[in-house]
Amino acid sequence: MTDAAIPAPAIATPQRDQRIGQMIVVAAVLLAAAKVALPDGLIRPPDWFVLPFADWINWTFAFLKDDLGLIYLTRAFADGVEWLIDITANLLYGKNRWPRIGPIPWTVIAVTAGVVGYALGGWRLALLSGGTFVWIAVMGQWEWAMETMSVIVVAVPLAVALGLVMGLLAWRYPRFEAVLNPVLNIAQSLPHFAYMIPVVVFIGLGPKAGAIVTIIFATPPMIRMTVLGLKKVPPEVIESGQMCGSTRWQLLRHARVPTARTEILVGVNQVIMQSLAMVVLASFIGMPGLGEKLLQLLQALRMGRSIEIGITIVLLAITLDRCSKAWAYRQPVHFERGTPWWVRNKLLLIWLALIAVAFTLAAFIPEAHEIKRRQAFTLSKQFDAGVDWMLVLLDPITLALRSFLIVWILVPLQNAYQWLPFAAVLTFLAGIGWMIGGARSALVCLAYAGLIAMSGWWDRAMITAYMITFAVIISMMIGLPLGVWASRSEGRAKIALLICDTAQTFPSFIYLIPVVMLFGVNDVAAIGAVIVFGMVPMCRYTIEGLRGVPPELIEAADMSGATRRQKLWTVKLPLALPTIMVGINQTVMFSLFMVIIAAFIGTRDLGQEMQRALSATDVGKGLVLGLCVAFMGLMVDHLAMRWSADRKKALGID
Amino acid sequence: MRPFAKALAIGALSAALMAPTGAFAADSSDPIIIPTHNWSSQIVMSHVVGKLFEKMGNSVEYVSTDSQAVYEAVRLGDVHLEVEVWEGAFGVAFNEALKKGGLHDAGDHDAVTREEWWYPAYVEEKCPGLPDWEALNKCAEMFATPETGSKGRFLGGPVDWLKHDAERVEALGMDFKVVNAGSASALWAELDAAKRRNQPIVLFNWTPNFIEAIHEGKFIEFPAYFEGCKDDPSGGPNPNATYDCGNPANGYLKKAAWDGMKDKWPAAYQALLNISFTNAQIAEMAKLVDIDELEPEEAAEAWLEDNEDTWKPWIAHGV
Repeated sequence: MTDAAIPAPAIATPQRDQRIGQMIVVAAVLLAAAKVALPDGLIRPPDWFVLPFADWINWTFAFLKDDLGLIYLTRAFADGVEWLIDITANLLYGKNRWPRIGPIPWTVIAVTAGVVGYALGGWRLALLSGGTFVWIAVMGQWEWAMETMSVIVVAVPLAVALGLVMGLLAWRYPRFEAVLNPVLNIAQSLPHFAYMIPVVVFIGLGPKAGAIVTIIFATPPMIRMTVLGLKKVPPEVIESGQMCGSTRWQLLRHARVPTARTEILVGVNQVIMQSLAMVVLASFIGMPGLGEKLLQLLQALRMGRSIEIGITIVLLAITLDRCSKAWAYRQPVHFERGTPWWVRNKLLLIWLALIAVAFTLAAFIPEAHEIKRRQAFTLSKQFDAGVDWMLVLLDPITLALRSFLIVWILVPLQNAYQWLPFAAVLTFLAGIGWMIGGARSALVCLAYAGLIAMSGWWDRAMITAYMITFAVIISMMIGLPLGVWASRSEGRAKIALLICDTAQTFPSFIYLIPVVMLFGVNDVAAIGAVIVFGMVPMCRYTIEGLRGVPPELIEAADMSGATRRQKLWTVKLPLALPTIMVGINQTVMFSLFMVIIAAFIGTRDLGQEMQRALSATDVGKGLVLGLCVAFMGLMVDHLAMRWSADRKKALGID
Repeated sequence: MRPFAKALAIGALSAALMAPTGAFAADSSDPIIIPTHNWSSQIVMSHVVGKLFEKMGNSVEYVSTDSQAVYEAVRLGDVHLEVEVWEGAFGVAFNEALKKGGLHDAGDHDAVTREEWWYPAYVEEKCPGLPDWEALNKCAEMFATPETGSKGRFLGGPVDWLKHDAERVEALGMDFKVVNAGSASALWAELDAAKRRNQPIVLFNWTPNFIEAIHEGKFIEFPAYFEGCKDDPSGGPNPNATYDCGNPANGYLKKAAWDGMKDKWPAAYQALLNISFTNAQIAEMAKLVDIDELEPEEAAEAWLEDNEDTWKPWIAHGV
């Protein structure tokens, strides 16, 4: 995703770059080997090299907030958002605010969801979306889910609108895009907690802060998809528009935006998914509903109940994902002239009839209006039993695994990372950069790693790096074979992708508890939690890469009598490698996000400091730590994307 | 009524309304915002306090917030009070906010809090002499884990709770290594797993806490806390080190209020000053949620129903 900003050089001199890169790597190894002889300044960043970024940021924020009075502006904006949330909160769960007509009975909402599902994707989708809301109501989570929805329903349209406008501006003014791109890169790789701190300072706490943090998190993909869509509009469309004598606005409104419809709607889909991903984290700063409840239940170790909520979040995410995707790929329907209005609006009429029934039911049967917590159904006992069973089953294995991993792998690995002189690490990264992308990439790597060294968090960053390294390797060892296995048939691929979706949207905080029960509070548990999350993109992109191999090539291999193994190793895997590389890149990104959350297990890396910064509302420290994490991600992203693009070009695909 | 008397009456009335005592001034109709955190006793207590305010005719809203970041929010008036300020866990954040201004101490609860190293009851058989700290130190090896080598592991709370366990281990020359859990959930998960395996464990715990209802256990008895233990090396068993003592065995549990609350909702403010819970009451509230599986709102209702004698006097001035 970064590479939009960094055009590939016209002439590639891979051979020479390779050799220079290798030489630099060798130099790095020599530096490390000669550690005893090195001056202290090359082993750890010397004091003069470390700059007080945090103080500068705090100073800037204080200036913006108090001297420029930005806080009044942000607070006013937040009040506007809050007014909107109050409306939805009243409608959805009857909060005592204008217009004071809610709450809407759950049956009405479930029926509406079902009809929308039907309109977008037929019976299956109707069943999924209607069923999701029935599940929520029956499990007695209605009020919590509606608290969550009341924020999301406000945040999503705002994020979409903001993304659309920014995307349009970026597409229209290349200079704006040039500024925007790096900002987006950083925003997308910054751990969530880092920008929650400024939000607390500028907005405060509560649902409005939850909404705003969600908007900030969800807007970047919308901007990117808008730009992508608008850039892809074929010139023929524009020309035919011009021939009709359209004004610029008409051209945009009736030609460009409709042609870019699919990309824009994929952007909307991304916004929705990102918003749901924030449900739990945003409750740290006052987002009400499912996330808040989940954290309370976990605090009291009530796994069964937490899993119920986890399932609800997954169901909501999958429903909204499938519906918005169906919407994205559905082309508008046109009726013949003279079709009567009740045929054209058949679904609308059916919906009206159904909600009339639902409202009537709700008026007479209280259960159709609201299912109380006490009357609700629960599976928590069964889930608890299931978790217990799993723990008893796995315990002997994990206990042995735990001491083996700690004593023989993790402690030595961590010590090695900590032992390395920082100058050697920087040189090594520059060398790798040069091998992959020449002098330019070497400079990029050096800049990112250099900034981390200058931040003063070198030791902590190395602990994060060691955990990520190990987690990514294991994620690849599990995710790759899984992806290869799943890509063999359409059916398997579908199941595997569904599991990926579930694992990705299931709130990660729930994993933390069983992982701690199995492994204890240590790096094994933290890395274990990271792996659960990190192997998802690995598996997903492997499947996509392998299934995307052009069928002609496979046929050609078949005709030359290749065995299944030969086909996989010599045809499919090499061709899928660029896509798989994107998967590795995503795995690194996911792992970086998760390793920060793993601070709730107990780590000694950047995440732990981030947690401290959050509780002390220290904006400067939080952002500096966040940027350290972001830079690690961006460096890997740069290298992976660069490699993958070159590779694709060499293979003549894409 | 004659015009003169009428004017007099209005004058008297408005004088009463403006009276600085505030006892008769009406509370603002804006909602009082009460922060809730992620442990049950605090949530139930917040709802109990909120329901009392509602009985007095105020409107109340709840927001969930981080328990450390909340003091900044109280200070700025984004939320208006905090019902559980623990000396050990939040004393630092509270004092810092106090220094910056905007919030103040609204009195102590009767409840005393204690935060200390703790072990589940079954450990006592394995390590005779407990709860004495020297006895604990003798069985240090029993508590060893792969990451601590031959030293015993003490599972501490999150680093931002600032408990100085490592300093204490150092000062008392214990064969222990402190490993910090990242959240309370991680502590309980470890305790649960240890009990399942019947494995010795010593970890950070506090009272009042719901966990007392699930797991029996005791606090380790360290050399008693004394004033100056944290700054002055000369006191305590180790004359050369600070932190050679346990935590205060009876720490405070305070309420905090936003400075503006007093003028905006004088009656509710007075009630807040009066409110005071005991350890038993707090444990009861936690139990209603964590063991009896009531929702916090229901638990608050239930508690209010059963304890009318306790709370009636708190709000007597307002109704």
